[in-house]
Amino acid sequence: MTEKKIRVLVAKPGLDGHDRGAKVVARALRDAGMEVIYTGLRQTPEMIAEAALQEDVDVVGLSILSGAHMALAPRILELLKANGQEDVKVFIGGIIPDDDMPKLKEMGIAGIYGPGASTEDIIRDIREAVKP
Amino acid sequence: MQTEPVLKGNRLALSRLLTQVENDAPEGRSALAELFPHTGKAHLIGVTGAPGTGKSSLVNQLTLHYRKAHQHKVAIIAVDPSSPFTGGAVLGDRVRMRDLSGDDGVFIRSMASRGSVGGLAQKTAAFVQVFDAAGYDIIIIETVGAGQSEVDIARLAHTTIVVEAPGLGDDIQAIKAGILEIADVLVINKADRPGVENTERALRSTLELAHPTKRIIHHHGRMMTLEAPVTDAPLWMPPILKTIATDGTGIPELAEAIARHKSHLHQSGDWASRDRARLRSELDAVLQEELMSRYLNGSHREAYEQALEKVIRREWSPYEAVRALLNGK
Repeated sequence: MTEKKIRVLVAKPGLDGHDRGAKVVARALRDAGMEVIYTGLRQTPEMIAEAALQEDVDVVGLSILSGAHMALAPRILELLKANGQEDVKVFIGGIIPDDDMPKLKEMGIAGIYGPGASTEDIIRDIREAVKP
Repeated sequence: MQTEPVLKGNRLALSRLLTQVENDAPEGRSALAELFPHTGKAHLIGVTGAPGTGKSSLVNQLTLHYRKAHQHKVAIIAVDPSSPFTGGAVLGDRVRMRDLSGDDGVFIRSMASRGSVGGLAQKTAAFVQVFDAAGYDIIIIETVGAGQSEVDIARLAHTTIVVEAPGLGDDIQAIKAGILEIADVLVINKADRPGVENTERALRSTLELAHPTKRIIHHHGRMMTLEAPVTDAPLWMPPILKTIATDGTGIPELAEAIARHKSHLHQSGDWASRDRARLRSELDAVLQEELMSRYLNGSHREAYEQALEKVIRREWSPYEAVRALLNGK
């Protein structure tokens, strides 16, 4: 039996067009031996949940710089759950004010990373979160 | 029955089964056995070509066409390379297929090549079986950006589309063996770019040199000949089509050429002979893998390691080692 690969969907919901951070993370996860499905800019929550379903990912990584995280994150979690994928771990990278972090964690977001976060931390947290 | 939800169209069950198949889990193997009697109905379309020729955009447009014009259910298997060093991969074909989201008649699955070198992954053929059994009428397989020898797709697909773009090489590229020979349909994408006439001329002269009387395929190191079937059906000459995948120009004509190729396959008997060749190569691949793992998991492991040492010390050649192992010494 071949080794189980960690599959991660990297998506950018919302309307901001800055995807450098998402690409840096995608590449770092690739170099850590993960299979990264990259979906590109301006994804709706519905598109993200559909891609997560078709790709049977373990993790969804959202890059949100627009400030719309308090609207987008719960919607995506809800759609994943509706599809029967409540076990998928959702991480967020981007600009998240300190006040919002506990609220997002409470909703079920597994990790939040701001500017300057190290990719090693992200990789370690993903590995930890998907441990069987 | 373990696979009943998949046969009934449950998309989460289908997706999870694909993962089990890809990881060669025991549940995946038993599910494939259950599903196999339901396969053999779908039209398998391969799309291959060099990186950057627009394969993903073309698959996007072609699928939109199939959904609008025929309401066919379409599955897309998009293969991208795995890193040879870390085993990781970035699978980016979905970026060009966003027009297809929100349609329950389409299922896109990205696949990392995981060390295979022929342009597909080891489990791509098994994915095809799962989608076929799940009732997808058309299965489009997009290969790794392929150069010259990634021709496994021709063994898997009924209809192979080779995508070219203007300005990618001179006419000597066109007469090399390999990828052009496997084309059932040739597409020059990005046909609004300069140089399209030169590309078309080079491809056309290559095709006119070829006489496709019988196909000789390389099969596990042996050359196998598929005899041209004895019928009155005319030989298939691959058409050359021009498309602009970003705006859909030429897509209805492409779909029409694919449909003509499908009826040609049925009339000439090639559909059955390709099916036979494909299943034979799948059977051989599984047999090879199974024999190898049985051999090594049996009592032969020690003898194998000793033989390997002798090979490393140059005392035996690999051929002598295998002869000794199989003769039980």
